[in-house]
Amino acid sequence: MSTTIAETLDMKGFACPLPITKAALAMHRIAPGELLEVFATDPGSVPDFDAWCSATGNELVDRSEDEGVFRFVIRKR
Amino acid sequence: MEMAATAEAVREAQETPRHAPHKKLVIMAWSGDLDKIWPTLILGTTGAAMGMETTIFFTFWGLFPLVRDDVRITGDNWMQKLLSTMDRPGLEHVKLGKMNFAGAGPAMMRKLAKEHHVASPEELVALAKDLGVKLVPCQMTMDLLGLHADDLIDGLEPPAGATTALVEAQDAITLFV
Repeated sequence: MSTTIAETLDMKGFACPLPITKAALAMHRIAPGELLEVFATDPGSVPDFDAWCSATGNELVDRSEDEGVFRFVIRKR
Repeated sequence: MEMAATAEAVREAQETPRHAPHKKLVIMAWSGDLDKIWPTLILGTTGAAMGMETTIFFTFWGLFPLVRDDVRITGDNWMQKLLSTMDRPGLEHVKLGKMNFAGAGPAMMRKLAKEHHVASPEELVALAKDLGVKLVPCQMTMDLLGLHADDLIDGLEPPAGATTALVEAQDAITLFV
């Protein structure tokens, strides 16, 4: 299992549905088991990334917040 | 034996991920209003992002937003042509369902969307194509309105009918917008 980030996506400032849809496109570029890091400021992205991971089977490895910027780390299924 | 079968069914139900029942999303895009076509594209792109096989059928007024923005008048006869002058086709020209105010409403809505970094309908159409959303124009509406393949934007599926739409919809979440 990889612990280094394969790709980082900066979705700061962008509203629904871009953080999720762009993350889905990024998933096509990385291999199963690799990690995608997403930065977003849309508060709706917090429940949306939970729901998206449960629907797709990708694993939300880490979520944190720093001054309104959410960071999601997702392992590709 | 029966108990074992029930236990098996319960275990299977518990292990089945939440997403399992619906792996398909079908949206019938009937309205050509900006405030309907926009959420249609948001849901369509999100469905595809969730791994759902997503198809959007564009029918009746829903087809006008798929007309290329540089095409001014569509149709083969005077009635079809008149319709397209009363309701200008093209995504750039779609109106709001309410508070249109001769185009001021949509202009404000688009300005607000830009300020809040909400993807425009044009960006969402491009994103939908990137995500593999199938955009299907309704053949009957094309005939009714006198629209031809070269009036429409690129990257669409071949035109199809109600049967195709309903066959796709059989095992899908279906929305009529």
